[in-house]
Amino acid sequence: MARVLLNVPRSAARGEVIEIRALIQHEMETGYRPGANGEVLPRDIIRRFVCRYGNEVVFQAELFPAISANPFISFTTVATESATLTFHWSGDNGFAQTETRVLAVT
Amino acid sequence: MSERGAPGRWMAGRRGLGGLLAVTLVRPVAAERLPLSEALRSHAGGAAIREGRVTLEIPPLVENGNTVPLLVSVESPMTEADFVRSIAVFNERNPQPNVITAQIGPRAGRARLSTRIRLATSQRIVAVAEMSDGSLWSGSAEVIVTLAACVEG
Amino acid sequence: MTRRRAARAALALAVAMPLAAQAPRSGFEEMGPAIQAMQQDDMANPGMLSVQEGEALWAQPAGPAGRSCAGCHGEAAASMRGVAARHPAFDAASGAPIDLAGRIQRCRTEQQGAPPLARESPDLLALSAFVAHQSRGMPVSPDPDPGLAPFRARGEAEFRARRGQLDLSCAQCHEDRAGGRLGGSLIPQGHPNGYPLYRLEWQRIGSLQRRLRNCMVGVRAEPFAFGAPEYVEIELFLMSRAAGLAIETPAVRP
Repeated sequence: MARVLLNVPRSAARGEVIEIRALIQHEMETGYRPGANGEVLPRDIIRRFVCRYGNEVVFQAELFPAISANPFISFTTVATESATLTFHWSGDNGFAQTETRVLAVT
Repeated sequence: MSERGAPGRWMAGRRGLGGLLAVTLVRPVAAERLPLSEALRSHAGGAAIREGRVTLEIPPLVENGNTVPLLVSVESPMTEADFVRSIAVFNERNPQPNVITAQIGPRAGRARLSTRIRLATSQRIVAVAEMSDGSLWSGSAEVIVTLAACVEG
Repeated sequence: MTRRRAARAALALAVAMPLAAQAPRSGFEEMGPAIQAMQQDDMANPGMLSVQEGEALWAQPAGPAGRSCAGCHGEAAASMRGVAARHPAFDAASGAPIDLAGRIQRCRTEQQGAPPLARESPDLLALSAFVAHQSRGMPVSPDPDPGLAPFRARGEAEFRARRGQLDLSCAQCHEDRAGGRLGGSLIPQGHPNGYPLYRLEWQRIGSLQRRLRNCMVGVRAEPFAFGAPEYVEIELFLMSRAAGLAIETPAVRP
């Protein structure tokens, strides 16, 4: 399990636009870098990040090798109702990780 | 060597062998990659991209091209009737033109995307926003990438 | 002849201002606002991933007796507070200075009976980062033990010794020319107050020893091996030179 820093407010007012910041531990090996023996190391990156608010996808992104190691993404979403937010990262070599956070909306 | 500067550190593999410094610098094959203009044309599917409404916040000069903070914001009311559908970021001189492509929608509240990117060398970054009415808008920024003076071993 | 020599000496003195005459300045001050912001936000500082890892390792049992760091040291926030600020410290057992990572390595093998953690391994970096993080904000407070004096003097001598094909000493860049530029990059004073830190160049967390090795390779000198006593002596000197600066672990640096 890769380490994550996931910043989601615990609560928000209905209609408030909240900021979500997600950082996950990952090398993001570009596929352009030679290794110790001079041969290019194969690409191994996170390729997709999806955020679901309850059941609805509210943000998704396709990542490319130009995204730095330990990829950081920050985006906003409207706090509509109390729900569980689900964050999913997937990528090369079967990388898959899911995190959830509960948001209380008053 | 490009007149803009040498390839970024994340491109190179290095091993310091005592006093013998074996450095392999892999030059980004800029000549073989899709030019930025082509990448933008392909993304737009032939439609016109207008300049405006998209702002990039990125340091004009960075100490290191490995991790460059980028904020893209798009002017939009983000209502059901008028919102940003996607934000796609492109680069000019990395081995590959795409950086990140995000799909958002009225649930976003604001059209804002922040991330950290790799820049192989000094170059231009372009962000294209697709609106709910199908129109495409773009903004760009130029970044100078300096390199660490002492080579990593 | 004497007058010209005197003039040259005066010029040399004017240009080469020893650090003793300048206040120590953390590398943090030399960074642009975006990277400063990255360091200051615990939810966006990639070094915090390693601190998190270290926190988990702190509680994890290791060795045949299943002892964790927490088993002896309890809550790190209390027991480890100030520890990084006064390391390298005098180690009575060896009669020499020991750095924080060295002490963690020793606890691992001698107290926990667990397999050793290699220098620069992710686990040792994580534990070092976690422990040093407990001193964040505290001023660097060198161990006053007089037994350290000869080692500190050796560390200073290393700092001032020319080395490598480029025949440069640490002092020539980080003391005489600190604040100037080398190939577009600003030359920092070279303080150790943020280590282990997340270096953008490395795209991961790394130790002071790794950074010192970079510099040695940079001047085309044979670097000392990881764990070499020379590094501990240099760190001892660097910490006294940085006295008063706040610990920033995990710092972010270009």
